[in-house]
This record gives sequence, C-alpha cells and structure tokens, in this order.
Amino acid sequence: MTSLRPSVLPRVRSHPLVAAGPGLWTSIAVLAFFAIAAFAPGALASHGPTALDLDHSLQGPSFSHWFGTDESGRDLYSRIIYGTRESLAIGVGATAVSISIALLLGSIAGLAGRFVAGTVNRIIEVLFSFPTLLLALLLVAVLGPSMITQIVAVGVGTAPGYARIIRGQILSAKNSGYVEAAVALGHSRWRIVRAHLVPNAVRPLVAIIALSIGQSIVWASSLAFIGLGVAPPSSEWGALLDAGRTYVTQAGWLIIVPGLVIVALALAATTLGKHIQNVLEKGEK
Amino acid sequence: MTLTSSNDSLLTSAPQHTGSLTAARARLVGRKILSAAIVLWGSATVAFAAQAALPGDRATVILNTRAGQAIERTPTELAQINSQYGLQDPVVQQYFHYIGGLFRGDLGVSYQQFRPVTSIIGEQLAPTLILTLTTIIFAWIFMIVWVTLTAGRSRLVSGFGEFVDTVTAGLPHYWLGIILLLVFALGLGWFPVIGGSSIRGLWLPALTLAIPLAGFMGQATRTEFENSLGQLFVLSARMRGMGDLAVRLRHVLRHSVLPAVTLSGWALGATISGAVIVESVFTRAGIGRTLTTAVNTQDLPVVTGIVVLIAALYVVANLVVDVIYVLIDPRLRTSA
Repeated sequence: MTSLRPSVLPRVRSHPLVAAGPGLWTSIAVLAFFAIAAFAPGALASHGPTALDLDHSLQGPSFSHWFGTDESGRDLYSRIIYGTRESLAIGVGATAVSISIALLLGSIAGLAGRFVAGTVNRIIEVLFSFPTLLLALLLVAVLGPSMITQIVAVGVGTAPGYARIIRGQILSAKNSGYVEAAVALGHSRWRIVRAHLVPNAVRPLVAIIALSIGQSIVWASSLAFIGLGVAPPSSEWGALLDAGRTYVTQAGWLIIVPGLVIVALALAATTLGKHIQNVLEKGEK
Repeated sequence: MTLTSSNDSLLTSAPQHTGSLTAARARLVGRKILSAAIVLWGSATVAFAAQAALPGDRATVILNTRAGQAIERTPTELAQINSQYGLQDPVVQQYFHYIGGLFRGDLGVSYQQFRPVTSIIGEQLAPTLILTLTTIIFAWIFMIVWVTLTAGRSRLVSGFGEFVDTVTAGLPHYWLGIILLLVFALGLGWFPVIGGSSIRGLWLPALTLAIPLAGFMGQATRTEFENSLGQLFVLSARMRGMGDLAVRLRHVLRHSVLPAVTLSGWALGATISGAVIVESVFTRAGIGRTLTTAVNTQDLPVVTGIVVLIAALYVVANLVVDVIYVLIDPRLRTSA
C-alpha cells in the first residue's frame, strides 16, 4: 500500500502541484504563519487590534502600517492577525459540520441496502441541486445571522458535494478487486466494511478536510460580505470585508488586503489538500 | 468504427433493432425525467420545511418584520394574518397547498411586500438572466482560448496555464469584483461604477463571474485536452501536414469539451448564486439583490421562491444535458 513505485503515475508526478516544489512549501509556510497568528497573535501583530489613532485614519499601506489603517486609525495588519483565530474557527467548525453530514449521508448511500441507499441518494441529489451559497442563505434566512448560523449554514451548504465524493469512494472500493476477493474468501460483511471500506473511504477525507477548511472560509467571507456574517466590531476577516465596503472608493485596501489573505489561505489549503490526495492515490496503486 | 458496426447491424436486422433501440432510449429518457421530477419535488419540500421551521409564531414574525418591531401582537391582528397565509391549517394541509400552488406557478405571498412572490421575481429575473448568459458565453471563450494556447506545451507553459486555472477558479467573486471595480471603473474610468442596466454596466459584473468559471471549466477541459493530444487521430492529422493550431482547434478541442458541457447545469447554478454577490458589488438590480434583502428581513416566501427557482433551473439544465447525451452517445445503445 505504501510502496511508491515511481513508474506508476508519471503524469501526476509532473503535475506542478504534486511535485513537492516551491508551491507546496509556500503553502505550508502560509498555513504555519496563520497557525501562529491563531494561537499567539501578539507574537506577530505590530499594534493592538483596537488601538485607535484618529490622526492616522484611512492611511494607505506604509512602513509603520504595512496594510494601512481603517477609519478609526486601527492598524489593518494587526486586526487581520487578531481576526485569524475567529476566521479559522469558522472554517474548522463549518468543516466539522459539513464532513459529519457528508460522512453520514455518503456512507449510508454507499453501504445500505437498495431501498435505503436509494432514498438517501435522492436526498443527496436534492440538496446538491441547491448551489452552496443559496443553501447557506436559506439557513441564514431561517436562523437569523450570527457566527453559529454562519458555521452551520456554510457547513450544510458544502455538505452535499462532499457526500457525493464520499459515496463515490465507498462505491469504488466496494466494486474493487480486493473486496471481491474478500467476499470470495467468505469474510463477513462487517469485517469487509471495517478492513477495506472504512480505510479507503477515510483516507481521502484528510484531503477533503484540508480543501474544505479553505473553501469554508471563502464561503463564510462571502456571506459576511453581503452583511450576513459576524457583526463588524469583530476583526474576523469577513467582518473586516463588510466594514471595509463603506470606504471602498477612498480606501480600497480595506477590502483588497483581507480578501487577499482569504485567497492566500484558501489557495494554500487547497494546494496542500490536492497534494495529500495525489500522494494517497499514488499509494493506493 | 462505431458507425460501421451499427451500419452492419442495420443491414442484417434493421427494423427490429431500430425499434428496440428507440424504445430503450425512450425508457432511459423517461427514467431521467422521472428522477428529475423527484429531485424537484424534494427541493420544493426543503423550501416548505424552511418556511415551516422559522422559529417563533409565524404570524407574529410576519407582523413584526413588516413593522420592524419586536412586540406582542393582539389575537385579532394574528387571526387576520393566520387566515391570510393559511397558518391555522394543519401542516400537512399547508404542505399540499404549497406544492399545489407550485404547479399553478404560485410561490406564495411575500411577508414584507404583501405581493405574490412570482411577480417580485418576475420583475427582477431579466437582468440576472442577461448577466448569467453573458457570463457563460465569456467563460467559454476565455476557457477555450486559454486551454488551446497553453495545454500540452512545454512544462513551464502548461504548468503556468494550470496554475492560472487553479488560482482563478478559487477567486472569491466579491474580491475579483472589487478589484475590477477599482481598476477599470474608478481608476481607468472605462466602465460606470454603478452598473445600472446599461450594456456598458454589464461588462464588469460578467467578467467577475466569468473568470472563476473559466478557471473551473479549464481544469476539467485541460486534462482531457492533454489526453487527446496523444491520440492517434491527432498524430494522423499532423502527418497529413496540418498545422498545430488547426489540429488543436479542429480535432483536439472537440474531444475535450465534454466534461465542461457536463458541468453546464452546475455552472448555471453557480453563476446565478454568484450573481448574489456580484449584484451587490456593482449595485445592480436582479434576483441576487432581491434575495439578499429578503434574507436580511427573513422574508421566507421570497427566499424560498428564488432558491427553488434556481434549483429547478439547475435540475432542468442537467436533464437537458443528460437527454442530449442519451440521444447522441452511441455507447449508450448497448447499456440501455
């Protein structure tokens, strides 16, 4: 399972995201930076997150304020650093919600008997017919905007897509030669599930989780951008976007920089996720 | 090859074979239509459940959202709302009333505006559909040009092409929209800052939606494109002395757009939901903005009406793609 024969997938190896090149290392560096920011923001920030300085409001990026200042003269860089924890919490929380739902629906659809699996399949298809953002908006409309709503809404919104992936993983494992062999050997149904299907469906989850955390932060920030996220006094990234909209014509950096940070984090998580996915695929062959 | 074999079979047992073939296809198409109908029914049920799940007494919520207050309501006030919206009926009856209404094109009455949801959506649908169609056309053009130019080139060029696909596919709409707005509307002054409904105001919103979509479709197309480049028909075309660009456009492209076509239904849904963000960035009218306002005021009939409509568009678009596949794909002749 772990023998990495180089000849197996020559095309994948030349894939720029797979070769552990600069892209992967940059991604890991970006993720490490935000991990530090989440746990010890004081170590990275140059100012306090709420330190007012009305003489220097709405200043562009400069040496003393790397990312500029907002309407109250607060340092944007430091606010982003202090907002990391909350933003990551939303991403991780939404991923937990999403993967739990996806795992439940996906494994029933992949493993249950014909009638139950068929019904659950239909449920997945119904949920999948709502685009992610719209399913999230539907939940926000019912629950009213708050941080918890944001987590649940993004989690539920992204779940159907992952449920389909997990179902696919289980079905392809179920139809594989080694499961056929196990059936032929007379192994019990439960043993086959435990020894073959669970490991093969769970391993890709690591990649999906990495992808999902990045994507969740992007979806959550989209909700925040249209004013349906965490309320502005917070320095959560989505809230920064929402607050920056008022000044977009005078101080574009108040949106561009938090947006760039979100893109950077999502891209780093996606790159890492795809790398894990490809390494796992190589291991399986 | 498929053509010859089917001709052979037509020659040997023509009438009988064609008959069963048509019947098999009809059955397959029928199954697809049935399953699309089930999904639609499911989406409508989700929409109804969302309305029923609104926390608190619904009549009170309706009166308070309208007045922007949070107070107790008198029984007379509540009774009027309850009878207007049929809220005193048992849930099952409300459900059948809702589903029955959908068949008559009735999506309920807005909590906020006292008007039928259908007419609210009807007024706002055209600008969003224009934006969506423009976006899809732009995205196809960008994707085809970019993939044709960069796929299967030197490692550096292909890698860069793929990198651009990955990055653009991940760009949040709000961010790209703001950048385009700042650069091309505020900076260069090429386009109006507030789009309105003019043609010139359509460019930036459509570009904002089309660039990530092109990146996404590009990822799917590129793999197929590079596989096709190694096929024998490409070699044979090159041996006939055909130029590289001509080979790519005439032969390779045709074989590699299928995955992107399959994504059409998804692309339609994704674009319309992206319109929610983009219409807000560019202060453009449309169902996206209507939806944002409705979510803010918890005007659930409007929210669910728009969401169900978009889900239905997605299902129908997918059905059309599926049915076209059944009709044109010779391999499905045997599997049916």
